[in-house]
Amino acid sequence: MAGRVDVSWLVGGPQGSGVESAAGIFSGACASMGYHVFGKREFYSNIKGEHSYFVVRASSGEVRSNVSGADIMVAYDTETMLRHHADVRGGTIIYDSGMQKAMISDVATMDRDYAARLGAELAGAGRPEGVEGAVAAARGAGTAVHAVSFRAILSSLAEEAGNPRLRGMTRMFNVIGASLSMAALGIPEEATRAAIRRAFAAKPEVARLNEMAASRAYSAARSEVGRARATLAPRGGPREGTMLAQGYHGTAIGKIAAGCRFQSYYPITPASDESVYLESHVELGVAGSRPGSTLVVQCEDEISAIGMAIGSSIAGARSSTCTSGPGFSLMAECLGWAGINEVPLVITLYQRSGPATGLPTRHGQDDLLFAVHAGHGEFPRIVYASGDVEESFYDTARCFNYADVYQVPVIHMMDKYLASTILTCRRFEASRVSIDRGRLLTRRAGEGYRRFALGGDGISERARLGVEGAEFWCTGDEHDEAGHITEDPVVRAEMMRKRLSREGLALRAIPDAEQATLYGSGEIAIVSWGSTKGPILDALEEVRAGGGPEMRFVQVKMLHPFPASYVAHLLEGATTIVDVESNYTGQLGALFARSMGREPDHYILKYTGRAMTSTELAGALRRVAGGTAGRREVLTYGA
Amino acid sequence: MAPSLSDYKTGVHNDWCPGCGDFGILNAIQMSLAEMGVARHEAAIFSGIGCSGKTAHFVNVTGIHTLHGRVLPFAQGAALANPNMRIVAVGGDGDGLGIGAGHFVAAGRRNVNMAYIIFDNGVYGLTKGQASPTLKLGTKTKSLPSPNVNYNVNPVGLAVTSGFTFVARAYSYDVRQLKDIIKAAIAHEGLAFVDVLSPCPTYNDINTRDWYAGGGTGGGDGAERHSRIYRLEDEGYDPVVHFAGAGELNEKLGQALSRSLEWGERIPTGVFYHNETVTPYDGRIRDQIRNYAENPPALQAIESGGRATTDVSPMLDELAA
Ligand SMILES: Cc1ncc(C[n+]2csc(CCOP(=O)(O)OP(=O)(O)O)c2C)c(N)n1
Ligand code: SF4
Ligand SMILES: [Mg+2]
Repeated sequence: MAGRVDVSWLVGGPQGSGVESAAGIFSGACASMGYHVFGKREFYSNIKGEHSYFVVRASSGEVRSNVSGADIMVAYDTETMLRHHADVRGGTIIYDSGMQKAMISDVATMDRDYAARLGAELAGAGRPEGVEGAVAAARGAGTAVHAVSFRAILSSLAEEAGNPRLRGMTRMFNVIGASLSMAALGIPEEATRAAIRRAFAAKPEVARLNEMAASRAYSAARSEVGRARATLAPRGGPREGTMLAQGYHGTAIGKIAAGCRFQSYYPITPASDESVYLESHVELGVAGSRPGSTLVVQCEDEISAIGMAIGSSIAGARSSTCTSGPGFSLMAECLGWAGINEVPLVITLYQRSGPATGLPTRHGQDDLLFAVHAGHGEFPRIVYASGDVEESFYDTARCFNYADVYQVPVIHMMDKYLASTILTCRRFEASRVSIDRGRLLTRRAGEGYRRFALGGDGISERARLGVEGAEFWCTGDEHDEAGHITEDPVVRAEMMRKRLSREGLALRAIPDAEQATLYGSGEIAIVSWGSTKGPILDALEEVRAGGGPEMRFVQVKMLHPFPASYVAHLLEGATTIVDVESNYTGQLGALFARSMGREPDHYILKYTGRAMTSTELAGALRRVAGGTAGRREVLTYGA
Repeated sequence: MAPSLSDYKTGVHNDWCPGCGDFGILNAIQMSLAEMGVARHEAAIFSGIGCSGKTAHFVNVTGIHTLHGRVLPFAQGAALANPNMRIVAVGGDGDGLGIGAGHFVAAGRRNVNMAYIIFDNGVYGLTKGQASPTLKLGTKTKSLPSPNVNYNVNPVGLAVTSGFTFVARAYSYDVRQLKDIIKAAIAHEGLAFVDVLSPCPTYNDINTRDWYAGGGTGGGDGAERHSRIYRLEDEGYDPVVHFAGAGELNEKLGQALSRSLEWGERIPTGVFYHNETVTPYDGRIRDQIRNYAENPPALQAIESGGRATTDVSPMLDELAA
């Protein structure tokens, strides 16, 4: 990757202090200069005070993941300095000199175990157990460390603005920090200021003050920091048709485009961002028709959320709910009801680390097998996973089509990693979204309409509510063709076949290209699903660039029903199969083994709640290639 | 041709026990729909799980027999997606006030335009007579091994305090009053609740038809046996909130609550509380979605020739790098 510019930038601070806006400003400026951007946010389950940080990677080439470590870090609070100084080996650190004397013991928010490990590490190297020790350690590792007085910048701002109160505006430390680092990276001041204006577009006065702060920070950086080791030189301007999107934009805008008109939800991280986005874009323009709208209902719990979505789907609207593991657990019974009543429904499942509340704001892919099996009894469903944000836009539309065509609930797997990324991607093309509502009946049927009529391919006509001559019944009990309760063994057997044959049908009819994707070639084959796609693609490039072998990657998108024969086809000639996923047990591996009659040879797993970096993944893949990998390679990078 | 009562009956075999109070409620629902002339395709009955839940299969309009305790979410989802439908939700007292109690309270707060009828028999009929949430503390029905150890829920009081805007009680053996109340509930703009006292002769041998009719009221002192049930309207009770604002509202809430506590010798029926000064949920939605009533979720055009027609460019423009 010669000649490639690739800079990882880290900002951290207490929750609520504007870490996210700082990252938004940095990402916005980089994107407007024409860089590819990929960033992710890490945060505690907390509103104010706990440590959160953002790592953003800006590159001249495509980026799909984070790397381990950072080239430049800006710390305006002690915890960031203490936790992340070692991430910046040989790069640049800019920190607020106000914290110089702080000790680990002053940081009440740090997990005790973490504080103990860090203290022991610094003490072991004979360094003070505080910021001074961290600075010394960083310098020892070859990092350039610059202390800048953020307060002094505020004072000069107060003077310039003729407003002494600004001296205490520590709320602006985030923008000051971002600007210092952006100046050091050589990002033009105007690009930073434009990004600030955009970030605070709704509050012009705030924007103006922050712009002034940025300007002061730029001059402070010139005299006190100079140039960072890494730089982001101006490029040609924003790439045509590029968006700077947040993780949830794919499914949210995907739902709007797909014609989802009803979304019910109960708040939960990391799923609710999607619903809140929909809530803030309810009225919609529709070509050739009067304006449309999405009705978003905040429910009393997730049982109500799925129940309402089912009711709305029966009424005829494309309907959906969005949740995370704990909420999905509550939905299991209703999911089965949708199954036995052949109700189309899309459940967007933004996974996080479980069980129970687990790591409420951290990443995980632990719910695959649960999604495949949730609910008692046997009923058809489709479980589908997107690998990145751009995919998730198109996949959302596909999920609605699958639900309507096969009259089944569809569980669309997303996760916290995807949800909390910020990235540049190609503008979504709504013109590529097709809509197939399947056998939806919206006009008068002939005599004797029967919702669950047997025969044909097993998919019967589904009337929406309100169609004259097409009244119908649904029940969670086994039912006859009209939808009335029956316990007749013959009808039971026929209805089971009617419903469950749907999975085979879907597997045969859905194009292979929608079921799995092949990248690269080679005898070592990775199988994986969901958000590991980005780290895997970047790791494969890294391995190859380092002289390692070419490998292939099979991204399984449809996880249930499992496309065994197509996956087998994609794996032809592979000698080593490596399962990569963010969980402990290797859940795709289990599905794979069950469907393919062969276990993966290696599992590369991570379950710390932090997404894989391409760096650590590349390391594990090199071990696989070199024959030194164990059966389980467990990754742990990240604070 | 105007539909007749028989048009609202399915041929589905009704397997309720002989003498079950639920028959009266079923009849009253069918009569209400017929008298109101609700077209069959414009109505849907949603039901929970229990003996009462089977009602959806006996009424010849679309019937959605949902899950235990979940009838309200399903019904509200449908009512919100297509507000042109007449939605009637029905279910047991266990269904609505035990496992589904959270939905009951939340539904009141929403005030979606539909009716909800609870078949209140004091027991979990379909699971063989365990105490339901409305059974009084200390009551021992023949189905219970020992007296009920839980205090009872007050359905009318809970509805009134949760935001339901039409709250009534009826008795399943007074089908005529019941029918009139159900009609008013269906016609109500907002969420209407009807608590129907419905004897379960199989498991509840305390609150029986005879008991409601006055069994045990005569006593040994020569007093005459009298029906325990009386009508609020016969006492000049006015349930209606006429003006928006706290003064009258609190008075009407207070009187409904205090009447809802009467039990035993005198059990009130009729409309306890009726408030149309509160905007129903669909009215609240119209503040955000101006054409919600004309173009509700279930009826919107979303494609043309298989192509999506929703314009997402404003959202994408917001994100342009
Ligand atoms: C989740 C769940 N738990 C338990 C049951 C078993 N169950 C079926 S009906 C019922 C109680 C019914 O009582 P009620 O709601 O009062 O209706 P009734 O039969 O008295 O009309 C129960 C507990 C169930 N169907 N689902
Ligand atoms: S058990 Fe009770 S409620 Fe159920 S059908 Fe029999 S009498 Fe009616
Ligand atoms: Mg009951």
